[in-house]
Amino acid sequence: MIDFGLSEDQEALQRSARDVLARECSPSLVRETAKSGDGLPAALYAKMAELGWTGLIVPETHGGLGLGTLELALVLEELGRVVAPGPFLGTQLVTAALVRGGTAAAKKTWLPRLVAGEALGALAYLEASDRHDAAGITLAAKKTRVGYQLKGEKLFVAGLPGASLLLVAARTKAGSGPRGVSLFVVPVDTPGVRVRPVETIDLTRRVGELELRDVVVDRSALVGREGEGWPLLARLLDLGAVGIAADSLGGAERALEMAVEYSKVRQQFGRPIGSFQALKHMAAEMVAEIEPSRSLVWYAAYVFDKTPAEAPRAASMAKARLGEVYSRTVNRAVQMHGGIGFTWEHDLHLWFKRARWNEVAFGDPPFHRDRLAELDGY
Amino acid sequence: MLALHVMDLTYTKEEDTFRREIRAWLAKNTPRRQHDDQPLESGDPKRIADAKAWQRKVYEAGYLAMGWPREYGGQGADVMRQTIVNEELVRARAPGFIGLLGITMVGPTLITHGSEEQKRRYLPKILTADEIWCQGYSEPGSGSDLASLKTRAEIVGDEFVINGQKVWTSNAQHADWMFCLVRTDPDAPKHGGISYVLIDMKTPGITVRPLVQMTGDAGFNEVFFEDVHASRANLVGGLNNGWQVANATLVHERNMLGSTTRTQQSFQSLLRLAKSHKRNGRPASQDPLIRQRLADLAIRVETMKLEAYRQLTDTLRGRTPGIAASVSKLVSTELNHDLARTALDIMGSYGPLGRKDPRALDHGIWPIDFMFSLGLIIGGGTSQIQKNIISERGLGMPREKRA
Repeated sequence: MIDFGLSEDQEALQRSARDVLARECSPSLVRETAKSGDGLPAALYAKMAELGWTGLIVPETHGGLGLGTLELALVLEELGRVVAPGPFLGTQLVTAALVRGGTAAAKKTWLPRLVAGEALGALAYLEASDRHDAAGITLAAKKTRVGYQLKGEKLFVAGLPGASLLLVAARTKAGSGPRGVSLFVVPVDTPGVRVRPVETIDLTRRVGELELRDVVVDRSALVGREGEGWPLLARLLDLGAVGIAADSLGGAERALEMAVEYSKVRQQFGRPIGSFQALKHMAAEMVAEIEPSRSLVWYAAYVFDKTPAEAPRAASMAKARLGEVYSRTVNRAVQMHGGIGFTWEHDLHLWFKRARWNEVAFGDPPFHRDRLAELDGY
Repeated sequence: MLALHVMDLTYTKEEDTFRREIRAWLAKNTPRRQHDDQPLESGDPKRIADAKAWQRKVYEAGYLAMGWPREYGGQGADVMRQTIVNEELVRARAPGFIGLLGITMVGPTLITHGSEEQKRRYLPKILTADEIWCQGYSEPGSGSDLASLKTRAEIVGDEFVINGQKVWTSNAQHADWMFCLVRTDPDAPKHGGISYVLIDMKTPGITVRPLVQMTGDAGFNEVFFEDVHASRANLVGGLNNGWQVANATLVHERNMLGSTTRTQQSFQSLLRLAKSHKRNGRPASQDPLIRQRLADLAIRVETMKLEAYRQLTDTLRGRTPGIAASVSKLVSTELNHDLARTALDIMGSYGPLGRKDPRALDHGIWPIDFMFSLGLIIGGGTSQIQKNIISERGLGMPREKRA
């Protein structure tokens, strides 16, 4: 029976996430975290673990809540709304990879720690080529007697510094196609792993690059089969795209709210600026972009679990659309604030900058539109 | 905890069966349209007779006015069945109903606000297309500010005597009746002095003059009233209560999935064009810029389809739609216009060719669609009015000062 709406439980989850984060993740916490060394708001992550969010999509047999991608998207929407710092999404991706393809030993070592919030994850797949397809993966993994030796670099890794467990995409066989791609879990403190923090405009996220100098891991670090890691990685990238789309939805909603609230109190020419049609229409255009996009995020999350064959299309649609909607929304929101919106003092730039990262993370809108065209046969 | 609602994008077995039935019926009964058919507006008596016959056929098969209660000739169908019928009619490219305004506007208004006598008198002939209705709302001086309308109805004995002018009146040239907003109390605040009156179009004093649209078709008209008499029995919903009566009907619009189905079809036509028409020696769909625009449109079309499902779900759950209808009107009319515009861009020099030119692609429908879809951005509440509604009612921003 057609029912394209949230269940009572899902609505309750989203409501409680919004309440908790309104208390636990204020803009001042985001600003403090930006100045800290590891970019980790420890109390917030402890709270999220306590609420079970870290194990949201982990099966109950592994100590998680056993919920689906839609529930995850709802939590991510709320995290986006408050521009929450830290590697929550990266942790979900590494966790999802382990659940699906991790060796028994790796699951036993890492899943309890990830669920408990003691370990945080980061997905390292991009390199200097900035390609989001299999050809972008060139970091070499050489087979040794006990395991593998990894050598190369990874760029644009969200959640570094901060994350303790890396999922690294490498090549166990030379080439540029999907065959030969293998995935490994690598603790960030493994000898030979070097992290260089990267400076980005986004104050709400940490981004780093990795150098792996003959890093030795044993066989249990392999996630999925050797040389056949691409399908799993592709699925993780789709999940990441849906996650960022949800984050963007929440961020756009909040930016709109801030702009509307401000327009109701700011007076010019003897009346609230929100009474001018120029601003009202700007706000209405934001609504007209944001509200229908919610359906796209729900759909992408829903089919990710229910109809995996449709998941790549839906993820690309959601990522392409929400990337642009979020960027346009924060842009309009700054304009509606006038000069104050351009200051460091006002919080809006936190959203403005996060939107820019969101737009490119897991592939920018042109990449996803092109992919959609290809999937749809034109 | 038992979940009452679980997200699901599949239809029930019964709904699928119902869909197969109507699809089979439509496959057998839908009249084939020729692209050189006279438009309905031409007033060609044969076209009008055919259009009436088609509506009657659908009515007799039990697929018309699905949402109307059975006692008034409808099917008393739930929202899902109404939706399925609308989707299938579009999918079959079935002709529109000549009595659409009667079925979607005046019929539901009479069912809610009409007297028993009015219901018995008018409803059956709306369904059988024996009587065609037109809508008398806009006036030359009252477009977006509809409530400022001036067409005057004075009460003289048992009758209204009507003087004034209506404009943009679709169907007036072959309508039998008009549901009309008239000013019955010029001294009351503007929303409070309006009445909803039914007017027989054959009454002396009515002049219908066609207005030619930019497409070249005479889709709508000006209607002039000079001492036109209408019985007081033709008043619907109480004297000076017309504004409330008219607004109640506007909320009845539930055909969004039908309209998104039409948009999906339009996108499929666009895609066929982009794959077949060559630019610079290769299919337009291979041009990186065109490809990007096509994919962007695909996403927006899909978004509106999903949005229709979300609104349908809200309706099924009994939630009030809020400003969703305004958002949908704003977004989907602009989307349809962008679809047509992209087609014109793809066609290059072939784009502006007219319907009768032998070199015109797709029988020259795209430039017509491009113009027609601009009309829909304006009609039924302009994009700017929708933005006022969204910002004022949806976001609580300060209202415009109103005269």
